[in-house]
Parts: sequence; C-alpha cells; structure tokens
Amino acid sequence: MNPSFEEPNNVVEVDDLRVSYGDVTALEGVSLTLEANKIYGLIGRNGSGKTSLMSVLAAFRRPDSGQVRVEGRDPYEDAELASRICLIRESGDLPTAKVRQILSMIARLRPDWDEALAQRLLARFKVPADRNVMKLSRGMKSALGCVIGLASRAPLTMFDESYLGMDAPARYIFIEELLADYVEHPRTFIVSTHLIEEFARLFEEILIIDKGRLIVHDTVDTLRERGVALSGPAEIVDRFALGLEVLGEHTLGRTKQITVYCHPGDDLRRQAKAAGLELGALPLQDLFVHLTTREDAP
Amino acid sequence: MFDDGTPIYQQIATRIKRDILDGTIAEGEQVMSTNQYAAFYRINPATAAKGFHQLVEEDVLHKRRGIGMYVTEGARERLLAQRRARFFVEVVEPMAAEATLLGVPLADIFSHLEELETQKRRMR
Repeated sequence: MNPSFEEPNNVVEVDDLRVSYGDVTALEGVSLTLEANKIYGLIGRNGSGKTSLMSVLAAFRRPDSGQVRVEGRDPYEDAELASRICLIRESGDLPTAKVRQILSMIARLRPDWDEALAQRLLARFKVPADRNVMKLSRGMKSALGCVIGLASRAPLTMFDESYLGMDAPARYIFIEELLADYVEHPRTFIVSTHLIEEFARLFEEILIIDKGRLIVHDTVDTLRERGVALSGPAEIVDRFALGLEVLGEHTLGRTKQITVYCHPGDDLRRQAKAAGLELGALPLQDLFVHLTTREDAP
Repeated sequence: MFDDGTPIYQQIATRIKRDILDGTIAEGEQVMSTNQYAAFYRINPATAAKGFHQLVEEDVLHKRRGIGMYVTEGARERLLAQRRARFFVEVVEPMAAEATLLGVPLADIFSHLEELETQKRRMR
C-alpha cells in the first residue's frame, strides 16, 4: 500500500507556538494539526488568543517562537501562499471606497475569486454596491466581509467574529451560504464565534482556546457527548461523583445535580442509569462556560 | 430541531428511520445525498455523513457506487420489529408507572383505549 495515500492532508501544522505582545502572553505552547477540507470552530473567551492564532496563520504577524506551517510552508512573507489564505477580521480591514471598487480590487488579489457568487451574496445580504463602505451600517460591513471571505474561495479561509452586528436572519444566510459553497468547493474553514449554539452545527471539529492555551480539540459530537448532567438524591450523587471531573453542582432540597466531563470510552452513562440517576445533556455553551471558568471560581 | 442534546448524527439516523417507518421513504427508494441533507438542514456534511454511515452499518440503507444511497429491502419490517420489541419497555412501562403514581386504575386505561379504537373505526 502506498503510505502517502494513508497520510491525512494537513493544511495547518502548529508546533509549540508562542505569541506575546510586550509582556502579555497571548498564546503559549499551542500545538495543533488541522486536516484539509473541514470546518473548524474556534471558540474562547475574549482575550483568550483566538485572534492571535488566526493572525499568525494568516501571516499578519510573526510568532515569538514555535513553528507554523500552512500547506507545509512557513506563511510569513510568502506572497504566493498569502493569496491562498484569507482572514476576515472583525474590523473588516476595508479601505474607504465604494463596495464595488473594493470587490474588484480584491478580485485581482484572489486567484479563485468567484464574481458571480460575490454579486449574488451582495444582493442576498442587501449590501448596496454603489455605497461607500464608510456609510455602511455595522451589520452591512460585516456582511460585506462575509461576502469577500466566501467569494475569495481561499483554500484556508478564516472568519474572526465576522458576524458582529449582523442580525439573526443575516447570520442564518451566512451559515447556509457557507455550507452550500463548501459542499460545492471543499476547503478549510476556521470560524471563531461567541455564538456557540448557533454555529455548532456548522462545525465538524471544535477548538477551544483558554488563556492562550488550546484546551480542547474534538469533533462536535464527541464534545457534546462529554458533558453530562446527573441528578438524583444528594447522597447517591455525591457517592457517584467521587473520582469524576465535576464541572459544577447545584442542590435543591434533597436533590443534587452535578455536571461532569466524561472521557471517551467512559461507561459513565450506563453506570449512572444503573445507579438510578437522571441523565441530561449539557448544552455545548454550558460545557464551554464550565471549561473556561474553572480557575475563576472564588 | 437537533437540540435534544444527543449527537446530531444520531438524530439524523433517527429521523430517517422514522421516515421509513411511516412510509415517507419507501424501501428501494433513493434517499437524499448527504450534501443535499446537509444543505437542507444547515448542518456540517460530515455530521450528516456520519448519520448515514450508521444506517448503512445497520443495513437500513445501502450504497450504490456512484449513484447514491437507497433504502434496503426489508428495512421497514426490521425497524418495526425493533420498535415493537422496545414498545412495552419504553412506552407501556413508564405509562403504567405514571398511572400508579396518579392513582389511575387499570380499568380506566383499558376503557380509554377502547374508546379511541371506536372513534378510529367511526372515522374510517
């Protein structure tokens, strides 16, 4: 058998990455491998390091130490590779010009630009092509960023909170259009968001960054299965909780509910049922909150 | 939809099984492709594929190379048998427990079921 056929096609390889701003460390000891043609969700609290990670991948800044490879190459000062990487930042990075002019400018920089798609999306988001970007609302600027990100068709496309100010219908359009275009033109997406529940269905895998470190990299379904809420009589729950990673607990009268983080292969669910405890699912957002506030607890 | 906390791929598999059980999709019929399914429900195609894969494993669906996925002949009968086997444990027993809790006599349950049957017959 040909071994190279078996090897996954990694679009991003990061090893022991460290990024700092003066004496503030933004990322520390981050190592990850992303396979091509998947949609990754990047989540973390404000200031956790999401933007720093994407900025390094997009060669907007250089790491302090560690290795970064995109398609096997160092992205820093690699112009050819840069045309294959697209990062849409929250700010949009848009110059003062009419929407139409901006699009034609970007079209020249993007070898895989799809003009028909850009026009169709612009119309769908109701962004007026003749208006100056400075006169667009917050939501429309964001929508324009989404149009640029999708129509660029870059093999590595990143959206960093690009949906700020977009209302729910506009965000649904974005999710729908991203999926539709991804199916037709598979490529790698990294999407950072605070709207975990809304965006989770879009993702194949989720990366959680907390205080500059990568704390979770898992498929969405696996992650969903790892958070479990157990409730029942306090003494039974307490006995059951021994040795488990308990994320939170609530007591109401004689009933106690704990949320636990189980590890793949745990027989926890079956054991809990056998012990007569009630099992509940934990929404991803709750799991995220538990995982990223653990040391904040008083 | 897709929010009861169980993995989304399992919910997809359950939904397709239900469509087969109630005849929405017939045996031998082609089902939506995973990409169509993903686009329609706005979910990641890999998640949809995992749900379909589970159904292939259970021989509810089968692949025809380069054409698509089809409902296996006999799948509906097998799904019915599985569901019937679970019916008394998953539906009847909790109902009996609830009836005991509320003090509803068994006789009331029987007469209610008979009443439903009579209504159904009249409708026909």
